[in-house]
Amino acid sequence: MSNQMAAVLEIDNLHKAFKVGFIPKKREILKGVSLSVAAGEIYGYLGPNGAGKTTTLKCVLGLIFPDRGTIGLFGRPALAAKAKERLGYLPENPYFYDYLTAAEFLDFYAQLFGLKKREKKEKIAALLRLVGMEKARDLQLRKFSRGMLQRVGLAQALINDPDLLFLDEPLGGLDPLGRKELRDIIVRLRQAGKTIFLSSHILQDIELICDRVAIIVGGRVISQGALQSLISEKVLFTEVTVSGLDPADLVDLGEPVSTAGDRILLKVLQEDNIDNLMALVQERKGRIHSLVPRTETLEDIFVEMVKQG
Amino acid sequence: MKIRAIALNTFKEAIRDRILYLLFFFAAISLAFSRLLAVLTVGDRVKIIKDVGLASISVFGVLMAILIGTGLVYKEIDKKTIYTLLAKPIPRWQFLLGKFFGLALTLFIMILAMGTVFLVIVLLHTGKLESRLLLAILFIFLELVLITAVAILFSCFSTPILSSLFTLSFYLIGHLSWGLETLVQKTRSGAARAVIRGLSAILPDLENFNFKTEVVHGLAVDPKFYLFSALYGLVYTMFILTLAVLIFKKRDFV
Repeated sequence: MSNQMAAVLEIDNLHKAFKVGFIPKKREILKGVSLSVAAGEIYGYLGPNGAGKTTTLKCVLGLIFPDRGTIGLFGRPALAAKAKERLGYLPENPYFYDYLTAAEFLDFYAQLFGLKKREKKEKIAALLRLVGMEKARDLQLRKFSRGMLQRVGLAQALINDPDLLFLDEPLGGLDPLGRKELRDIIVRLRQAGKTIFLSSHILQDIELICDRVAIIVGGRVISQGALQSLISEKVLFTEVTVSGLDPADLVDLGEPVSTAGDRILLKVLQEDNIDNLMALVQERKGRIHSLVPRTETLEDIFVEMVKQG
Repeated sequence: MKIRAIALNTFKEAIRDRILYLLFFFAAISLAFSRLLAVLTVGDRVKIIKDVGLASISVFGVLMAILIGTGLVYKEIDKKTIYTLLAKPIPRWQFLLGKFFGLALTLFIMILAMGTVFLVIVLLHTGKLESRLLLAILFIFLELVLITAVAILFSCFSTPILSSLFTLSFYLIGHLSWGLETLVQKTRSGAARAVIRGLSAILPDLENFNFKTEVVHGLAVDPKFYLFSALYGLVYTMFILTLAVLIFKKRDFV
């Protein structure tokens, strides 16, 4: 890989098994995960539930100890305190000390990084502004909604101005507006030179912002690369909604998907057939209501891979 | 610095917990009750007040140490607050020590509050302040510190209910283990005696912290014994904390 030099996170052949049950039985969660994240990119770590996304993250952060394999952060072994100084982490479904107010909570975490008093105050105010939680500054966290906790969670992950940010399912629990805002924040953080490692199973959002992705299924990374190289630009089929036509005439042109009133939704596979369809519509004085070419999405690839995996 | 931040946050958490005030409320009632008992007693009323008062402080102190101590570490793990905390550059032993000092500070404040109520009651009754009562209270505090360490040790790997039971057992065993000494003397030498002697060496002897009788009845105590008890508490607490750190260090936070 060409950007190997600037890799901020390097995971090699990571294995982890947990013992479960009363009579301990080994369950392998990670079966040799390897990946490499370059400086300054947004890296999507995708996989279905239970694939091992969070377990990988926890190994990197030193919350659990891998059985085998190596993890390098900024060219040092992970777990080094020096490396941790430069990390930020937002866990999945974050939950924080509910007896603290948002400001107290951030202040506590700021102390853990040894921030000076003035620095601390400015930082906390700036972060609360960034995540849009200024009004909730003096509210106890127990009164927060999930989306609000997610925002404060992002603020705590940024308290040390980290170079590498781990976000575990950051868009969960957010409304559409909140998602858009968070996406914008993530993109802005990349512009500020940060590297972002994003684990998620919500694909639409990832597709819009990730530079590269890795897909993990059943404890193995089965694909890794730039999004463009994974998704082909080719038009797979075109969805056309027409009205004023006889369904019997359309059989040769495409596959009728549904009808509502006299509107027919048609899935047209060959591009030549679109011209034929348009000609037919003109001839019969019908109407075209919509025409949507569908390219391959990350979701298609994902579903395909999970099926194979 | 980091230990201090965690300790102060732990203190904040404990002090905002309602259970603490409930226990304090009952401790205050119990202290006031000692006065009532004294009225019903034939003989030295002051002794009854002191005796029941010190016992109340001790019992409610232990309850506080167990109920708060076993919950705090477990809650961090259960509610996953520990994830973000340990992802920061904090060695795990510092986290655990922070928790310990936070709890010790909480108990100190509580003992201070209960002690004040107690001393005021005694003052109202006798008209004088007795510094030796403070000494007895100080050693109750040292015992509570040890109990807290034990509670933290158990909550590193067990649920609050089990940890509470374990810690309570530690407390009870600790107050009964002196009987083993007597048993050693009564047993003929042999395997049985060796086993009992071994047990009495390993098991904690919390009676070392109990100066209530001496203080209440005005008996003389060799200062060396105070020193020994304080050292005993210190060493035992450090031993338990080391054990807790060793277990906590290896733990996976799933």
